[in-house]
Amino acid sequence: MALDLHAKRVFKQVGTRPPRPDGVDKVTGRAMFGADATAPGMLFARVLRSPHAHAVIKSIDAADALALKGVKAVVTSDDFGLPEDMFARDVQDNCLARGKALYHGHGVAAVAAISDAVAKQALKLIKVDYKVLPHVTDVDEAMKPGAPVVQEGRSEENVGAGLSQNVTTYCEFGHGDLKAGFAKADKIIERSFKTAATHQGYIEPHACLASVTSDGKADLWCCTQGQFAVRTVCAEIMGMEASQLRVTASEIGGGFGGKTTVFIEPIALALSRKTGRPVKMVMSREEVFKATGPTVSSSMDVKIGMTKDGRITAGEAKLRYQGGAFPTGTVTMGAQSAFAAYDLEAVRTYGWNVMTNRPKEAAYRAPGAPMAIFAVESVVDEFCQELGLDPLDVRLKNAAKKGTKSAYGPTFDEIGLVATLEAATAHPHYKAPLGPNQGRGLSCGFWFNFGGNTCVSLNINTDGTVGITEGNPDIGGSRASISLMAAEELGIAYDKVRTIIADTNSLGYNDITDGSRVTFSVGLATIEAARNAIRIMCARAAKIWGIDEDAVVWEDGAAKPSGPNAGDFEPMTLADIAAVSAETGGPIAGHHEVNADGAGVSFGVHLADVEVDPETGATKVLRYTVFQDAGRAVHPDYVEGQMQGGAVQGIGWALNEEYIYNDEGKLQNAGFLDYRVPVASDLPNIDTVILEIPNPGHPYGVRGVGETPIVPPLAALANAVSRAVGVRMTELPMSPPKLLKALSGKG
Amino acid sequence: MKSMHISTTINGDSAEFVCGPDETLLDVLRNRLGLTGAKEGCGTGDCGACSVTLNGRLVCSCLVMGAEAEGAEITTIEGMAEGDQLHPLQKAFIDHAALQCGICTPGILVAAKALLDKNPDPTDTEVRYWLAGNLCRCTGYDKIIRAVQIAAKEMRSA
Repeated sequence: MALDLHAKRVFKQVGTRPPRPDGVDKVTGRAMFGADATAPGMLFARVLRSPHAHAVIKSIDAADALALKGVKAVVTSDDFGLPEDMFARDVQDNCLARGKALYHGHGVAAVAAISDAVAKQALKLIKVDYKVLPHVTDVDEAMKPGAPVVQEGRSEENVGAGLSQNVTTYCEFGHGDLKAGFAKADKIIERSFKTAATHQGYIEPHACLASVTSDGKADLWCCTQGQFAVRTVCAEIMGMEASQLRVTASEIGGGFGGKTTVFIEPIALALSRKTGRPVKMVMSREEVFKATGPTVSSSMDVKIGMTKDGRITAGEAKLRYQGGAFPTGTVTMGAQSAFAAYDLEAVRTYGWNVMTNRPKEAAYRAPGAPMAIFAVESVVDEFCQELGLDPLDVRLKNAAKKGTKSAYGPTFDEIGLVATLEAATAHPHYKAPLGPNQGRGLSCGFWFNFGGNTCVSLNINTDGTVGITEGNPDIGGSRASISLMAAEELGIAYDKVRTIIADTNSLGYNDITDGSRVTFSVGLATIEAARNAIRIMCARAAKIWGIDEDAVVWEDGAAKPSGPNAGDFEPMTLADIAAVSAETGGPIAGHHEVNADGAGVSFGVHLADVEVDPETGATKVLRYTVFQDAGRAVHPDYVEGQMQGGAVQGIGWALNEEYIYNDEGKLQNAGFLDYRVPVASDLPNIDTVILEIPNPGHPYGVRGVGETPIVPPLAALANAVSRAVGVRMTELPMSPPKLLKALSGKG
Repeated sequence: MKSMHISTTINGDSAEFVCGPDETLLDVLRNRLGLTGAKEGCGTGDCGACSVTLNGRLVCSCLVMGAEAEGAEITTIEGMAEGDQLHPLQKAFIDHAALQCGICTPGILVAAKALLDKNPDPTDTEVRYWLAGNLCRCTGYDKIIRAVQIAAKEMRSA
């Protein structure tokens, strides 16, 4: 759906900052999250998890557990079928291991009991006979021939010979003559990088309440980024028809990609089916770390050639990502995004997805991009330092713009990279003085953004208010943005609109809340649904006035006669038309269903000032500014919120966060004490500058904003540290011991 | 394990419940009294989502046993507003977008109120250190700190 020709119109409500509709519920404790639901007679379920990184499950004996008073059922993978769909099969096998435990914390069996305490006690009575196998958790080790094989037969054909079966897919992107490009360079830098796996770290653990009845119907309440996707995969696993499984999304306590799949829902459904009672499951934080999320860890090589005056002549990247014990596709997005910020004659990226004995990777905000862009932006900064060039000038000199053939293929339309770079150049932050052991770093960031399947229903109530039904869980204020766009289009007050998120039986299929798609896609569908309702309201007014439908226009929230009839009748407001709808043809509604494209890519630039303590190796972020193109900021507070929150997750990734495994492949830091996410006292304010370069693919020009901001902090901080203390950190996180070691190596 | 009968005061009202010796105050609030505003983010006192006050002191209710509520005065997020009048902190959090998903919000509000009760005019640094035990993964804390300061200013001038 194209940008409106009248896109330069002055918006009356879009761009304002009204209170969010779910605000009061969320500040008073009234909002219902995943773990807040109960049902009469419900049971409590717990999962027994593998203590080994890799082990054959020879037998499971649940007799003693079942004999415990209060235990109602035990399930293992034998209680599921074997879905034909490989995606569903992998999801199922990740919930409960089939024959082999693939990582430390992999679910093996689950129990439902009359209380959580009894369920926990029962887990201790389940006897599992394991045969421990050799394991592998490092991506480079897992690729070697002879490495322990996580799963047989999952490798795609284009993976070259000489690699372990753990390598599941290979991809390649780019264009131009690399050899000729490198030959034109005055200087070539080649570096290798590693990044640790990090967890999305949402504060709400996964939770659900499942109720299956004996006639085959089921209700499922859960915290998810996409109730329709939950229905699809759970119906497949349970052998149910979609119409019989109604999934309701609770309020969601953070997701960041980690709640785009299921970990416990099929287990709860299976236990409910077996017991005939509602079953509630809530993960502990330890389980969240061990068995959900995390992102990939990576090993990467980057080679770039540059002229003395800062023009990149060629770029090459080799990316190896491990995504845990199942095949993933994440390296593809890394390989596509690595050089996306640059207009290059010669560029090539290569990617390998690899399995290891770690939990199955889940999406995490711009999945695959942060590490690849960290590697590229680190090398670009090294050039700037070596050649004495200004890092923003070099980015501007090479920046992708409208008409650039992107490194991953498509030619860019209107994009905001140059505008963000110019805004950063002009900002006082860029010229502010720095003290000893302080440095300033910067990095570009990029994300594709996504549109996808979307349905919206918009009902005109007879009292002149409007109800919107949409299907995407609201993670960061999207109900406010959707209500704003509807109010804008209809010409009524924001507080006359109420937007709710429907269960799977109340609306057509909606893709997950991911890909920064909701304000873009649901917004687009809302605007079109409003226009449909307006057409009906104009027709009703025409009927009342006895004039032609085409002779009625909609302006300022009212139908008005136009053309030869202009001024003949008093305008009828939405409320006037709604009040008499019963006499003019019945209820009035608009709806729109679309598989939206034209999401419009998003670029950002981050500036970071740090101070490194040479005694401890600790890095403190002193000042931070995010510049990003939002296309059109519908509710600027929540656009800023995405920019700030994403930046801080990236800061955690750069400085602290990592999955730590011991020699036995066991996760050593499955808790918030040892897996340290940034806390308030670690951080300065995160300043934001929103640029608005309208997206040609949306009627108001909206672009998704949620994912890009996690990308730049990794390199921005590594570049700042390098400029502060003269060491180039090529492995993340730059935790104090690592940085101290690097500093002592410097001499 | 034999259950105990506990008499306590929650948000100014007397309350009685029966709980096991292994149940935390958070378990009791959520599962026995239906007060689900306090959230369990970790169960180990690391995230602060379960913050309440016990006899005026800010605690993680996941680290307090239910039995310790005997004779105590407990306040939770459900007791923060007075009738339909939101507390200035609650209002500031809505007006200044200091929440995104909202799961940490009850704990942060309870903690911030405990700070302002002690120190009505904190510096940004004092707010940041006081709230260091309350994890938020969505906002990057920026708008939370600003909203606390806006509420503090309003409360000082009231």
